[in-house]
Amino acid sequence: MRTVLYDEHIALGAQMTDFAGWEMPVKYSGILEEHRAVRQGAGLFDVSHMGELYLMGKEAYSYLNKLLTHNMSRLLDGKWAYSPMCYPSGGTVDDVIVYPWREGYLVCVNASNTDKDFEWIKSNAPEGVAVENISASFAQLALQGPDFKAVLEKVDLSAVHLKTPTGYTGERGCELYLAPENAPSLWCALIAAGAVPCGLGARDVLRTEAALPLYGHELSPEISPYEAGLDRFIDFSKQDFIGREALLRQREDNKTRRLTGIVMQGRAIARSGYEVFSPDGEPIGIITSGGVSPSLGRNIALCLLRGDFGGESVLVRIRGKNEPAEITPLPFYKKIR
Amino acid sequence: MSQVIEGLYYSKDHEWARVDGDSAYVGITDYARTSLGDIVYCDAEPVGAVVTAGGTLGAVESVKAASDILSPVSGAVTEVNSDLLDNPERLAEDAYENWIVKITLNDASELNALMDAADYEAYCESL
Repeated sequence: MRTVLYDEHIALGAQMTDFAGWEMPVKYSGILEEHRAVRQGAGLFDVSHMGELYLMGKEAYSYLNKLLTHNMSRLLDGKWAYSPMCYPSGGTVDDVIVYPWREGYLVCVNASNTDKDFEWIKSNAPEGVAVENISASFAQLALQGPDFKAVLEKVDLSAVHLKTPTGYTGERGCELYLAPENAPSLWCALIAAGAVPCGLGARDVLRTEAALPLYGHELSPEISPYEAGLDRFIDFSKQDFIGREALLRQREDNKTRRLTGIVMQGRAIARSGYEVFSPDGEPIGIITSGGVSPSLGRNIALCLLRGDFGGESVLVRIRGKNEPAEITPLPFYKKIR
Repeated sequence: MSQVIEGLYYSKDHEWARVDGDSAYVGITDYARTSLGDIVYCDAEPVGAVVTAGGTLGAVESVKAASDILSPVSGAVTEVNSDLLDNPERLAEDAYENWIVKITLNDASELNALMDAADYEAYCESL
């Protein structure tokens, strides 16, 4: 599948890749250059492959509180809410953002999960809630970086249905939802105004530095939001939401795996799937995401480690050698301005 | 178009060899470097290591992926370009100046199995 901006990506010389069945740009000028543009200026991402579901009805608000682990009361103030969505096992269906929208709520979901989420949300919906998959009515652009406002000011936003102060990079920015037919001209206008086109390669480096979870890596049917360190998005004071009992049991078990940040001590790069050991050589976990951190000038990784591992140092098995790493608090990177 | 230099021997896996007496300098080609994108890591077998043609000589990593460097020839590693290993991004400046290892050539006839510049250029175009 192609987004409505496919031709723009090709015209810009993007290297394309498959992501969840979508042909998306990995990079244009280069991953490190694009990363720098977001951290120091303004970068522009085509995120039109993401899914949008629409919930409405008398019971929609209370249903969202049952479906999602976080407290949805922010929605009543007209604000957006990020939340994991769990199976009864505590495993993750997806992580989503909800916005008050028209008469109900817009739920923005990961591209890889759109159909699955739609089925899940429909099948659990009570009487009094209608659920629609309106993904085809939206293109989505993400403008991220300390200079995003200056770029935005120069551009006509009348075609934008929804502008949200959200993003996946750890920088200030916004996400713009609009009808697909209007996306190419907005894309070009933002670039003309100074935004640098950025691909999924840079996006992954940015979100890892910000320690943001990627579904399939830090969250999955086998990895709960509690294990992923998203405790502040699980409201146990809500008496009833899907996965509550399982997550409570995980919280009470000190062996429950926990997402941990590490910084490699040498030049070796830890990558998803590599095994992690204690300094004594005991297997204690696995890398979920890892790579270079241009912002830190070091190599970083997120890993799921046994909750009862109390050490400060670990070893990562890379090409048959045990490479040392130090545990570090998350996030690796915090925005400067 | 990626740069290809006369006088070097090229492998299908995009390594080059430059003969120097009874040894050869080995590196990765401009084509490999361009395909990888930003190179953030490079490693090699240490001095003294014995490698076979087609065997692993080291590794090079871009932001997104790790890739093995395969030796175009058999021999023992006599020198490692540690300056390059400390600054792998230099491969972007010149893939041919920045050799990775020097290997003694066990069997010079192995060079016959490699491509010359013209053949390698044609090979790259066919990919």
